[in-house]
Amino acid sequence: MFARSCRSEAIMLPAFYISAVIAIIGTVLTITRLHAVHALLYLVISLLAVATVFYTIGAPFVAALEVIVYAGAIMVLFIFVMMLLNIGSRAVHMERAWLDAKAWIGPALLAAILTAELIYILIAGRSGAVGINGVGPQQVGISLYGPYVLGVEMVSMLLLAGIVGAYHLGRNAPGEVESVDDIESGLQRAVAGGDLVRAGSDRPAHTP
Amino acid sequence: MFELGLIGLLTRRNVIFTLMSIEVMLNAAGLAFVAAGARWGQADGQVMFLFILGMAAAEVSVGLALVVRLHRLYKSVDTDSASILRG
Repeated sequence: MFARSCRSEAIMLPAFYISAVIAIIGTVLTITRLHAVHALLYLVISLLAVATVFYTIGAPFVAALEVIVYAGAIMVLFIFVMMLLNIGSRAVHMERAWLDAKAWIGPALLAAILTAELIYILIAGRSGAVGINGVGPQQVGISLYGPYVLGVEMVSMLLLAGIVGAYHLGRNAPGEVESVDDIESGLQRAVAGGDLVRAGSDRPAHTP
Repeated sequence: MFELGLIGLLTRRNVIFTLMSIEVMLNAAGLAFVAAGARWGQADGQVMFLFILGMAAAEVSVGLALVVRLHRLYKSVDTDSASILRG
């Protein structure tokens, strides 16, 4: 494991730099987009690029977890909440307008670069690390359940608290009226110009 | 490496963007942990990244529940609209 060949390093080093640059570009575009869904697309690209960086510096286990948990689960949560917030009849037209080329051509380009880079790595040889010795999943597991077993328990309790807290915040209070559909709601939402998603802002009040 | 570009981004007025920025910052911290662990060949960096991952998942679930709550109350996801606290 400690003897990496020069050829593997020559493959991995440009891959590392390319994916790091893609991560930076994706993050900058994430925080400068005006529309939340476009920003989310660039955020997914940034997370995938960071996962590729993890792979190139010799941490394949963490790279897989990054893709699964961050780019999978957390992004699905974000998308669910965004789609929950713009219920409206105009949303269909708005989503059709989102599908034009300039919305998705940037993330698609960055994702294509990442895909080409991954294919290049997989074709060029087995996984190596950039000038440093990689840490395999076995070492991580041994260390995780050896000296860090208390931390694992604490993370599990934190996740349980997160589940209970999210349920408690997300449910309707007993006396609370669900006031999404009344007339004032549409008016206020139209007045509040800085709404997250513009799709539901000017819907007629009688739509379900 | 690029945490400097990531931490200076909490300037948006939107709760969703604030949560995304928090995600980016946690991710940068995790990247620093993994890079340091790979530099010295220790597995501790990746273990710390796993802890950061779990914490980020819990934080995002609670934060997005708060966003839904806020949107129900104020019909907006502007941060300044929730600056009045009343019990």
